[in-house]
Amino acid sequence: MSILLAIFLGLVILVLAITAIYHKNTKVAIIATGTVGLFASVLYLLLAAPDVALTEASIGSGLSTIIFFYVLNKIRQSND
Amino acid sequence: MVNTILFVAGVFMALGILLALFRFIKGPDITDRTIAFDVMTIASITVIALIAHFAGRIIYLDVALVYGLLSFLSVVAIGRYIERGL
Amino acid sequence: MEIREIIGASVTLVGSIFIFLGGLGIVRMPDLFNRIQAGTKASTLGTILSLIGLGIINPAWIWKLLVIVFFVLITNPVSSNVISRAAHFRGTKMTDKTVADLLVESENKTREE
Repeated sequence: MSILLAIFLGLVILVLAITAIYHKNTKVAIIATGTVGLFASVLYLLLAAPDVALTEASIGSGLSTIIFFYVLNKIRQSND
Repeated sequence: MVNTILFVAGVFMALGILLALFRFIKGPDITDRTIAFDVMTIASITVIALIAHFAGRIIYLDVALVYGLLSFLSVVAIGRYIERGL
Repeated sequence: MEIREIIGASVTLVGSIFIFLGGLGIVRMPDLFNRIQAGTKASTLGTILSLIGLGIINPAWIWKLLVIVFFVLITNPVSSNVISRAAHFRGTKMTDKTVADLLVESENKTREE
């Protein structure tokens, strides 16, 4: 049963990673990267590593998205 | 009996994640994708709680706690960026 | 003992059906604001019901699950409010069947004063 969930999460991560690479819009690629981090954290939890899952959830899904959007806002303000 | 009902519940949660993923790929605007991201986060919290029940370890619920706090922050950052006020 | 576990599993099943309906609403609704309405509200109720059902199955976990329910109940309406406000000020089109826009009306009223 847990192997089914692992295969499902792997397919979702694959689709999101292909979206993050080939999409034209930068902001959509950033949100797709954050979602990859979110499901990778669930996959780490399935492999019985709750500390790695905690770090991935806070850094990969939360902090990196905030920092990317902060930098995009700085670039937009300097272009105006 | 109980494990069968919980397995069916897990299948419904996976279907909800798949529908939100469809909207994430198709969605015409960035705000649609943000809503899909929010729904996927909320569905992941219940999937984590279900994994914690099947593994029988209460320490896994800490990850769900961190999810509930941090996904909110990233969604607020995206919204403030769209509103030109970060 | 068996009856309590079956009741908890049934509550979890009802919550997961609400999460599925939230995903279905996010696909089927015509414009952005209806999608926000369907997605976040239904999935919040589904999460609360699922976590409380798992708390009924394992009575030793109920306090931690109630803390998670408290955080979800506080943070999720705030995020949906931020997204809908940003989309409104960005000029997202509504569908033709929407008849009321109270935010524009209140802004016009404060601008006249």
